[in-house]
Amino acid sequence: MATGSRRRETAMSVPATEHHDPAVAFEAAKLGVWTFLATEVLLFGALFTAYTVFRMKYPEMFRVEHAKLDRVLGAVNTVVLITSSLVVVLGVDAIKRGKARLLEAYFGATILLAGVFLCVKYAEYAAKFHHGLYPRTNLFFSLYFVMTGLHGIHVLAGMGLLSYVIVLSRRGRLSEAWHTPAEMSGLYWHFVDLVWIYLFPLLYLIG
Amino acid sequence: MEGAERIASNRNGRGYLAERGWRSWAFTLDHKRIGAMYLWTTIFFFLVGGVFALLLRLELLSPQARYFSNHTYNVFFTLHGSMMIFLFIIPAIPSGLGNFFIPLQLGARDVAFPRLNLASYWVFAAGFLVVIGSLVAPMDTGWTFYTPYSAKSAAAVTTLSLGIFLLGMSSILTGLNFIVTIHKLRAPGMTWYRMPLFLWGMYATSIIQVIATPVVGVTFLLLAAERVFGVGFFDPSKGGDPVLFQHFFWFYSHPVVYVMILPAMGIVSEVIPVFSRKPIFGYKAIAWSSMAIALGGFLVWGHHMFTSGMSPLANTIFSLMTFFVAVPTAVKVFNWTATLYKGSITFEAPMLYALTFIFLFIVGGLTGPFLGALATNVQLHDTYFVVAHFHYTMMGGTVMGFFAGLHYWFPKMTGRMLNEKVARTAWALIFVGFNVTFFTMFIVGVRGMPRRYAEYLPKFQVENVVSTIGSAVLALGILVMCWNLLQGLRKGAPAPANPWRALTLEWKAASPPETENFHEIPVVTEGPYGYGIPKA
Amino acid sequence: MARGTSTSRLVYLAVFAALLALTVVTVLVSYVDLGLGNVVVALLIASVKASLVALFFMHLKGESRLMWGFALIPIVFLSLIIFGTLVDTMLR
Repeated sequence: MATGSRRRETAMSVPATEHHDPAVAFEAAKLGVWTFLATEVLLFGALFTAYTVFRMKYPEMFRVEHAKLDRVLGAVNTVVLITSSLVVVLGVDAIKRGKARLLEAYFGATILLAGVFLCVKYAEYAAKFHHGLYPRTNLFFSLYFVMTGLHGIHVLAGMGLLSYVIVLSRRGRLSEAWHTPAEMSGLYWHFVDLVWIYLFPLLYLIG
Repeated sequence: MEGAERIASNRNGRGYLAERGWRSWAFTLDHKRIGAMYLWTTIFFFLVGGVFALLLRLELLSPQARYFSNHTYNVFFTLHGSMMIFLFIIPAIPSGLGNFFIPLQLGARDVAFPRLNLASYWVFAAGFLVVIGSLVAPMDTGWTFYTPYSAKSAAAVTTLSLGIFLLGMSSILTGLNFIVTIHKLRAPGMTWYRMPLFLWGMYATSIIQVIATPVVGVTFLLLAAERVFGVGFFDPSKGGDPVLFQHFFWFYSHPVVYVMILPAMGIVSEVIPVFSRKPIFGYKAIAWSSMAIALGGFLVWGHHMFTSGMSPLANTIFSLMTFFVAVPTAVKVFNWTATLYKGSITFEAPMLYALTFIFLFIVGGLTGPFLGALATNVQLHDTYFVVAHFHYTMMGGTVMGFFAGLHYWFPKMTGRMLNEKVARTAWALIFVGFNVTFFTMFIVGVRGMPRRYAEYLPKFQVENVVSTIGSAVLALGILVMCWNLLQGLRKGAPAPANPWRALTLEWKAASPPETENFHEIPVVTEGPYGYGIPKA
Repeated sequence: MARGTSTSRLVYLAVFAALLALTVVTVLVSYVDLGLGNVVVALLIASVKASLVALFFMHLKGESRLMWGFALIPIVFLSLIIFGTLVDTMLR
């Protein structure tokens, strides 16, 4: 398949070359992931909207109910996720230097940290249920369970994604020259961290 | 000669259709095949949804509920609306014709993410299977599924919510793919301002799909959560707000009408210049008006909620914004008209449908402001005036645009020509039938006939009978059109690469195109509307 | 594509330290009653943390204007849905 002739750049933008040009493919993948993250902003965004509406409608109820959440556990989870973000980006950095085994170690650690996060969440949920606090109990806990629940599903999906990257690396498919799946998974993982960075203060800290 | 070479090269004339067997379709990565699968599926649901419409019109022949119970009637209009919207009109042009022609018009070999494209079709299939599964206990809420009723209904709400969530995911994946494709895979030399206007329309559409659809996804998740977990966002007895459901629902569902109309407008922008043999008037205005419509469409969702008890300030702002959003659409209409002026116009089927789009969409569009004005909205909300308005815009607009695209691109997709006489006959039946069916609805709507009722006051019967007769004519026209399409598929005359002598890149490929679309990626040196302009 | 360098690893560690510090701050501030100030401070700190993650971990710093657009425009629409809904619910 022949490529086109020389490109001419214009004020509007650079026209692209063929589908299989690796540089274009990488930029396309990045654009695709950021577009997907845009959809996630709106997905969680609707829940943030519901949160804002009900917080402004029932400030007293929120103040009372939010105190029932364990700030320390929430902070622990925040630290866990922030650490996992660091570990992920170190993993991507590793494969950029061609170090596949290091990537696998870092991504494995990320998955472990994600597991810790989910365990803490499980403990929190169990404690809430034990105290008779369910999604149906009141609007605060409806929001708490739905928002952290949806976030938790995203953590789980992220663990799957990172595992897949590890599998790819074990099969020798990732290298200094090509490691797009690692970098793209990293972007997704940081977004999961980003959502929690907002969820934590909104649910646990604001009185 | 170039044309003959291109036809001869495409594998005994079958091109991308050459390979056979169900696996070559089910696991295809070819955007053309994926587009074709979407087309077959969406047209199927168009016909099924149409059958429900005919059943509604049958019942509306008499003021009393004669053939069906009230509940059954309510189920029918819910199914009609939901199928038409979620299973036909949202995916048909974008995922059907868009998938087929975006890479071809860009001069690319495929979309940016072909596997994601295939995934989007199978997620769509999963979605409609789940939705069909929910029919064991069908909804009777209308396609808008308002709470509190939808939360308390005995119907299979949770199943349906999951189905619609999947359909939304498919829509998002398609939009995502198109955005990246248009940014990154344009042929050498194809700057944004040299892109066909169909692609500007599809780009704007994709932005809406990506931004708006997640909100409705969450909305249905929350509806399911309300039923399964007792979550109370929309439940007044728990301090929730049923109008919040409407905010979330319409934040998506208003922009989605622009998902429906922008691709159709893009098709009109393609067809008008070709069949007037004139360059499009005001290319940049039309291009940017698509973006303006996409953005403006996000600012008006409250105009579906004027009578729901929103604050007066919210009502006022949404009403004002609604009037603004009409402006970019008007820009398009003026530019199309200017394109036609002093053109060398011929009336093949694609052009007939494109011109029909302009005429009927103007009617539908002009009836929008009646609804956008607060005072008249109080009178007209939930009457047949609304039903007429959205059928003129969605069917008179999008569906006519879709038919224009089908007829325009049929030779390219299939390698065969349609019978022009039969096509025009079908068009005539459709045009007459459509107007007889729906214009009467403006009249009874203004006179107070409410929508979504099996029964009505006897004073509305004459118009309803007339409307039902119109629907029979419309149905006949559609059947004739479908028959013509099928006949064309089987026995149409072989099509040349460029039967309409058009200048956009898809016509440089063979009819039907090879799997790789082009032998050599074309190099673009000018815009695609240089009709009647002598080459230097 | 930027190559991994020891500089970038240092940057990552510095950002990590900042994120930890900010987390400590935001938790401590939450024990003090500032009224509406609690909301402002908490959201401000969260936004700084989010910006650090986006700029450095997600490599937005140094990306094209197009990528910045894709990152920021959804936030505009998010603000729109929140604002539009509140104009109704707060003023009924």
